[in-house]
Amino acid sequence: MTRYTSATPDDRREMLDAIGVGSAEELFEQIPEPLRLGRALTLPDGIGEAEVYERLAALAARNADAEAQVCFVGAGMYDHYVPAIVDAITSRSEFLTPYTPYQPEISQGGLQVMFEFQTAMSELTGLPVSNAGLYEGPSSVASAGYLAMGATKRRRFVVSRGVHPHSRETLQTYSVGYGAEVVEVGLEGGLTDAAALAEAVDGETAAVILQSPNFLGAVEDVEALGAAAKEHGALLIVACDPMTLGILKPPGECGADIALGEGQPLGNRLDFGGPSFGFFCATEAQIRRMPGRIAGETEDVDGRRGFVLALQTREQHIRREKATNNICTAQALNALGAMVHLAWLGRQGFRELGELLVQRTAYARERLAAVEGVELLHGAPVAREFAVRLDAPVGKVLDRVAGRGIAAGYPLGREYPELEDGLLVAITERRTKAQIDELAEALGAAVAAEREGVAA
Amino acid sequence: MALTETPMQAERARTIYEKSKPGRRAAALPAAEVPEKPLAELIPENLLRAEPPRLPEIAEPEIVRHYNRLSRRNFDLDSGFYPLGSCTMKHNPRLNERVAALPGHARLHPAQDPRRAQGALELMWLLQESLSEICGLPHVSLQPSAGSHGELAGLLLTRAYHADRGEERTKVLAPDTSHGTNPASVTMAGYEVVKVATNEQGGVEMDDLRARLAENEGEVACLMLTNPNTLGVFDENIAEIAKLIHEAGGTLYYDGANLNAVMGHSRPGDMGFDIVHVNLHKSFSQPHGGGGPGAGPIAVSDRIEPYLPRPQVVRRDGSNGHGPFFDLDYERPKSIGRLRGFQGNFGVFVRSLAYILSLGGDGLSEASETAVLNANYLKARLAEGRAGERLPIAFDRHCMHEFVLSGKPMKRDLGLATLDLAKRLLDFGFHPPTVYFPLLVEEALMVEPTETETKESLDAFAEAIEKILAEAEGDSEIARIAPYTTPVRRLDEVKATRQPVVRQQLD
Repeated sequence: MTRYTSATPDDRREMLDAIGVGSAEELFEQIPEPLRLGRALTLPDGIGEAEVYERLAALAARNADAEAQVCFVGAGMYDHYVPAIVDAITSRSEFLTPYTPYQPEISQGGLQVMFEFQTAMSELTGLPVSNAGLYEGPSSVASAGYLAMGATKRRRFVVSRGVHPHSRETLQTYSVGYGAEVVEVGLEGGLTDAAALAEAVDGETAAVILQSPNFLGAVEDVEALGAAAKEHGALLIVACDPMTLGILKPPGECGADIALGEGQPLGNRLDFGGPSFGFFCATEAQIRRMPGRIAGETEDVDGRRGFVLALQTREQHIRREKATNNICTAQALNALGAMVHLAWLGRQGFRELGELLVQRTAYARERLAAVEGVELLHGAPVAREFAVRLDAPVGKVLDRVAGRGIAAGYPLGREYPELEDGLLVAITERRTKAQIDELAEALGAAVAAEREGVAA
Repeated sequence: MALTETPMQAERARTIYEKSKPGRRAAALPAAEVPEKPLAELIPENLLRAEPPRLPEIAEPEIVRHYNRLSRRNFDLDSGFYPLGSCTMKHNPRLNERVAALPGHARLHPAQDPRRAQGALELMWLLQESLSEICGLPHVSLQPSAGSHGELAGLLLTRAYHADRGEERTKVLAPDTSHGTNPASVTMAGYEVVKVATNEQGGVEMDDLRARLAENEGEVACLMLTNPNTLGVFDENIAEIAKLIHEAGGTLYYDGANLNAVMGHSRPGDMGFDIVHVNLHKSFSQPHGGGGPGAGPIAVSDRIEPYLPRPQVVRRDGSNGHGPFFDLDYERPKSIGRLRGFQGNFGVFVRSLAYILSLGGDGLSEASETAVLNANYLKARLAEGRAGERLPIAFDRHCMHEFVLSGKPMKRDLGLATLDLAKRLLDFGFHPPTVYFPLLVEEALMVEPTETETKESLDAFAEAIEKILAEAEGDSEIARIAPYTTPVRRLDEVKATRQPVVRQQLD
């Protein structure tokens, strides 16, 4: 079905005449005949707008989203409330529909947003340099690894098993390409095993990679763990949850060379996993090795303040095979959502939200620990997510609780076989005390029913 | 030319931090509701932050005004013609935004159990099937986040494919005209780039290709190509190229940046490509967002399939009278692994599937046809008058969806560089074409109008070029210091790189 085009039969005639051909097919004759499809695509014919809407709405209705089920699932992406002004601003044509700001004179809006965003992320992480965003969290870890290889000329990463499993897997995937080795260090009591880490780091280590709060929710002592990296001249890369950075000591004050993470909690929807963005901050020393776009302040010919893409000499369109990274189109609109959300929260609100998460998480943790058949997986300090063990098969318990309209958490067994009975529970400002109480009750009932063999 | 400051220019840039005042706020947060404890009892003092980050303090009305003002300092596709070559700036249907925002999509957690996310997985499966048919290759992974991510995926797949056959190959061929991300991806994937020369049609120089293959016998892992190429010309030798690469044991990679030229007319799989990436933000109408988000799914042949990233969306046959069931398959022992978190940029998939359903197979084919018609018409218009003389077409033949002009005579005769022409176009309300790419054309302008532009827009653009050239014949200085009407005028980009100021300094 012809859609979104304007050429009338008369237009076509006039255009073909101007070109000097009899039909549009002639224009395709440069494709050798055997390579022309010569048939229609075997896809359904186009349908009207209302029909497309109904078709996709019907698919959407078959998903248990966070409006249909109370969502205690986190594991890197969280059901935060996205303020209405985020949608209002990110849906404006002027932000939604331009390309990358290659013509800065007519892209000052987008470039200034990048500059403001970089300032905010730099403030959050305590590091002086931020880029304008990468794809998402896990691939940002892999990009940091690539940077560390270039900076140290070494090819081994020492990675805590507290780092998100998707980040570790992605790092491994990339490492096969760029020729690096990934060494994992285990957890003890929910926290990175400091002795094992110190043992694993040596003069061949390009980077030590930590996450705090780690995947099990535990707040790591990054400064203490990072000492091993400093001692051997390796970079310290810290993945963090931006929503905790109003409360927790920022990576930049803990000796991190690079702080990065999944940006979704800031102004982005769950969207079944994307698009969101990754943030990436570093020390001054790494500025010319940074991946992704960076906006910089400058002046126009009349001395007016303006913004441009800075340090483009790192990028592919200039440096080609010598570029610091291959990333090009990234997540500008998602970073705008984050900036608007952060402005809405503001300095006080951002801290208050962090405290709210810590308080409700502490309550939920205590409440669940008191339930028969549920115990804490570790006792380390937590901020907004914590792990428990269930005295019944996790999958079956989750199914029972789902029947009551609750998504109780993230099962740990697939990625941590040693924690087959583990469940990760996340809290946002949307999870009320009443919902937490109901979760505790429902988990208790489900574990009990499983243990007693009651039919689901 | 009298330089009177426009109102927008007079409104100097102020960041949101400069509008901040202690005590102002926008957020209204819920009460904790739970018994509260001192923070230091919950988290050791040495792990806590002393001072909150210095985010702006500003009330909601002023946040809205601030970003509305900033938005007006952007040019966008909804405001005017945007013929940026290789970027496919086609209309972004608002229906797609509406369906992507449905809570069943937008508030679905990516770790939701597949049994409770059947709609989302079916949607992904439908998109995979559609892209498979469009590309002419049987298997699709939606995971890569952008074109460059798809390229990296393709190279890692190539590496895995060869490793599985006990081969280690070290070199990847790419034309000297390729998109800059191609060689950058090659390096990241641990390969060395070997450049292949381009013939005067912008296609692969066959003798050079044969020579490079002979020189690097047994070493060549892959050839990365764009077809139609960066001159907007279909490489007629593609079947022969595929044969040579396959005989040499390499894979053939298709950079899908130019797919909008051939949808429903010719398929990369039928051309002999093994791996294709598709830019959903180009051919499939995902808005560009000022630099993302996008998505770069890959389609591959049977021999590459075992190595696709995990998890893979699959359809399993139903049993006991149940319908088919959609699932995430992690049991892929030969997989290259993950390329990113969770399952990909799902919100982009929703928009692209909405686009494919709206147009259908017939509409996609017609979209490409109109894109090619528009490009050839604009090319014909620009072959007339002053443009024809000062801005000759780099390769004079029918083009596909885009074409490249050379500003060399304009520079020689009028002292006007391509950059000057581009900047002057801003005053006429047009986004300029891509400039200085491809590198093999001197003073290049790469023009891609897309199918969603009217004949009137194309005419107006051609007339603007004509006017600028006529004006330059009288006084070329006018264009050399353009633009005049934009929120800021030409910016000092060198300063921004030599002494980078990349964040606001706060007290």
